[in-house]
Amino acid sequence: MTSEIAGVAIQAALQVALVLFLSPLITGFSRTLKARLQTRLGAGVLQPYRDLHKLLRKGMVIPDTASWMFTATPFVLFATTLLAGLLIPTISAQAPLSLFGGVLAVVYLLALGRFFLALGGLDTGSSFGGLGSSREMTISAIAEPALMLAVFTVAIGAGSTNLSTMAQAGLGQSWRFLAPSQMLAFAALFIVLIAETGRIPVDNPATHLELTMIHEAMILEYSGPYLALIEWSAAMKQLVLMTLLVNVFFPFGLSAGWWQAATLVSLLLFSGKLLLLAAAVVLVETTNAKLRIFRVPELLAVAFVLSAMALVSTFLF
Amino acid sequence: MAGLLVYTLGSAGGLVISLTKRAGSWVPALLCSLSLTGALLELGASAGVLLAGTDLSLRLDSGIPYLSYTVRLDPLAAFFTLTLSLLAACVSVYSFGYLPHSAAGRAPALFGFLFNLLLLALTLVFTASNILFFLIAWELTAVAAYFLVVFHHESEAARTGGLLYFLMSRGGTGMLFVGLLLLASAAGGLEFSALHGIGQQMPTWLGAAAFLLLFFGFGVKAGIIPLHIWLPAAHPVAPSNVSALMSGIVIKAGIYGMARVFFDFYGALPVWAGMLVLVVGVVSALLGVLYALMEHDLKRLLAYHSIENIGIILMGFGSALLFRSFGQPRLAALALVAGLFHTLNHGVFKCLLFLGAGNVLHATHTRNMEKMGGLIRRMPATALFFLIGAVAISGLPPLNGFVSEWFTYQALLAGFGATPALTRVAFPIAGALLALTAALAAACFVKAFGITFLALPRSEEAQQAREVALSMRSAMAGLALACVLLGLGAAWFVPVFDPITNATLGVAASPTLTAANGLLLTAGTAARGSVSTVAVALALVVLGALPLLLWLLWGRRSARVTGPTWDCGLPGLTAENEYTATAFSKPLRMIFAALFRPRREIQAEYEVSPYYPKAIHFESEIQPTFETLIYGPLREAVLSAATRMRRVQAGSIHLYLAYVFIALILLLLFGVRG
Repeated sequence: MTSEIAGVAIQAALQVALVLFLSPLITGFSRTLKARLQTRLGAGVLQPYRDLHKLLRKGMVIPDTASWMFTATPFVLFATTLLAGLLIPTISAQAPLSLFGGVLAVVYLLALGRFFLALGGLDTGSSFGGLGSSREMTISAIAEPALMLAVFTVAIGAGSTNLSTMAQAGLGQSWRFLAPSQMLAFAALFIVLIAETGRIPVDNPATHLELTMIHEAMILEYSGPYLALIEWSAAMKQLVLMTLLVNVFFPFGLSAGWWQAATLVSLLLFSGKLLLLAAAVVLVETTNAKLRIFRVPELLAVAFVLSAMALVSTFLF
Repeated sequence: MAGLLVYTLGSAGGLVISLTKRAGSWVPALLCSLSLTGALLELGASAGVLLAGTDLSLRLDSGIPYLSYTVRLDPLAAFFTLTLSLLAACVSVYSFGYLPHSAAGRAPALFGFLFNLLLLALTLVFTASNILFFLIAWELTAVAAYFLVVFHHESEAARTGGLLYFLMSRGGTGMLFVGLLLLASAAGGLEFSALHGIGQQMPTWLGAAAFLLLFFGFGVKAGIIPLHIWLPAAHPVAPSNVSALMSGIVIKAGIYGMARVFFDFYGALPVWAGMLVLVVGVVSALLGVLYALMEHDLKRLLAYHSIENIGIILMGFGSALLFRSFGQPRLAALALVAGLFHTLNHGVFKCLLFLGAGNVLHATHTRNMEKMGGLIRRMPATALFFLIGAVAISGLPPLNGFVSEWFTYQALLAGFGATPALTRVAFPIAGALLALTAALAAACFVKAFGITFLALPRSEEAQQAREVALSMRSAMAGLALACVLLGLGAAWFVPVFDPITNATLGVAASPTLTAANGLLLTAGTAARGSVSTVAVALALVVLGALPLLLWLLWGRRSARVTGPTWDCGLPGLTAENEYTATAFSKPLRMIFAALFRPRREIQAEYEVSPYYPKAIHFESEIQPTFETLIYGPLREAVLSAATRMRRVQAGSIHLYLAYVFIALILLLLFGVRG
């Protein structure tokens, strides 16, 4: 029993390290690939690490209108996102803490982080903060039904909301992702991924123009180590959602346990699949223009219809 | 049960003091202590019944045929009494500090009388075990609640809100009367014990008619859409401690009635009945939260959220009914626990939020959120407790709202596999709409908390706000603690539902819903899905400390200075620069324009060029769809019918004597024929 707990603790520590140190790489890769597609050189895939390193050492300015909410927000956001990363299987189908919460807990932990982030945006008293909070909460709310319905479809197929069980169900049948319900659910979740991680055509992570920014508007007043925590959480959230897509729909190569030679192969395959998905997101980003904010609901309605079709097709085929 | 006597003493004492016109600071203290004692006694009694699993009953014959004053604490009654007593105790503590400084405190004896009367009547509603006695208690609740709602009778809004409440409540009682008497005539008796499972023995159409009458009759009290319009009119205008009780527990009398009828008086109902409850639940939840988002009156916003949460409870009940129709008692137990647990949880966090709104109203003298702001510095305790309530009501982990919503999701997910019919698609769709509801609720509480408590004060009153009395804060602290404990300790609390599910569905819920000595909450089996709020909370604390490690490694030397917020180069940031509640909900108002039909009017006054306006007048409103489309025509019809009826009632005594005479002759003829 004790050795089991120790084993889980080591797995958890390893996965914390993995989520922490892999997530900026995905962000860096996306930015570089985007730069190359726009025939720019880009700052290199390691730039996010350098940014975090620098921000963590810098001083910070706290707005004089802010309360303790402003200080609490980065910590809550960081902890919730990282915990979501521990509930999700990454290089092994057995996520370290997957018994403590399934996919519903992941979605709601991310929601808890967002709740505080939106309050942090309102706490500064600046119009930008309120603007960002309002838009963020709106878009995440209308993305929610599509996300949940797609997740439900997969959970019904696997007979569980536990993410490890869902990944293992996929491992059993390598070609399951070709089933219409899986493909439709994947398409719906891909749209939700773009909306939730704030990418074009929903939000532009590189803009500071008040008409268009959403996520950036909320965190405009943050600086130094707090900003580092928030940027890092955003990268981790992106990793968590991408892992959800990759390991639930394409789990092949995922090792069943932790202490096997296959785990290393699994790490390579996992990184490769993540980079492919990131490349797909970048392709969407570079080939589309940003939508007007009131057109975004239409895009998310498409996602909802896709997941509803996925649900119906689970018992048609 | 002794609590009933204490409540009676409290209300009688209040009446006597109010009639003899004695006054002094001992009056509210005495009456609040009495209600507190009564609540604590009832709390003990109901907890005892739930733990021991045995009924507690008391019978007093009235001497009138059919009516007996029977009170019985069976598990279901005990659960609702437990909820009531918990909230009543906290609200009583709150009232110690609230009464002397509020408008309700001008007549504390009268208030104490009505307050104790309301608690007495509600306890009787939950425990009465005879149809006539139940209806008497039901009406007593309505009357006591009406007088408490119109306690600030100088205000026009209070009078109209109270009247609307009373009228709709009467309509509901009418339906209940017919429905319950239909059941009673089939059973041949008025005692609840004779009614168990009676729905099965009635002719199908009669059983269906009674079901519909009772569902909508209790639905009026619970505030289901479209019978909800009294709720946002009546709850906000009442004194704040009454609003807390109204939203926390008075509307739950409707939920209690439904639980009693659905799971005690009826056996397995046909599928349409469960589907109706599920659909009404989904519609109430979604429309409730959408209307809540458009409010910037803090208490009205909370009132609309009550409608939303009643919807979530009904999703659990509806699924439970459907599972019972499909012959799946274990799943039905899961869904019933989801609904009942949410009933308790909503009671706790809604009471907490209303008390918080009461503090804010007390400190700023306004319910308008656009005039608040910055209260987190001036009222730190109120702000913290309100935040806990806001996190709980948004269904976020690890607090209690998350647990009951998690059970609801699991019940809805299990529904897909419970039947081969096409109707199973309804379950995941309902789940998706529940997700939308919860996300919108989170958006709404970001608005409610952010605009009310954060940033700069938007008015002089908010600037001058002071923290409230200790008793008011400690009442909130108690409820906030309950939110945390019910969330973290959920797995240890679930066995409380065992006697209820045993009595109604014949299975115990806790063996399938908990595992690992109460560390895990499971959905039927651990393989179907599990969650542990304790572990999540612990992990959040540990991981939240991780940034401190990063700080030790990198940031120790970094300076932390305070500076002004970026104001775009204007001369200093003022409250006018802040986002308002109306602006915050604007995107959703535009997205759901088909529902809200927003109307806005902008008039700008300028002298030289329209680009330099001197003054701008802005007006924006949404169309109250149900009020204009359903209740407007209904009111017209009733009024025109009443006008025509006037001809019959001409005011002449001779005419009335003639009516009496004709009626007498008709009755005689009827008697002779029979």
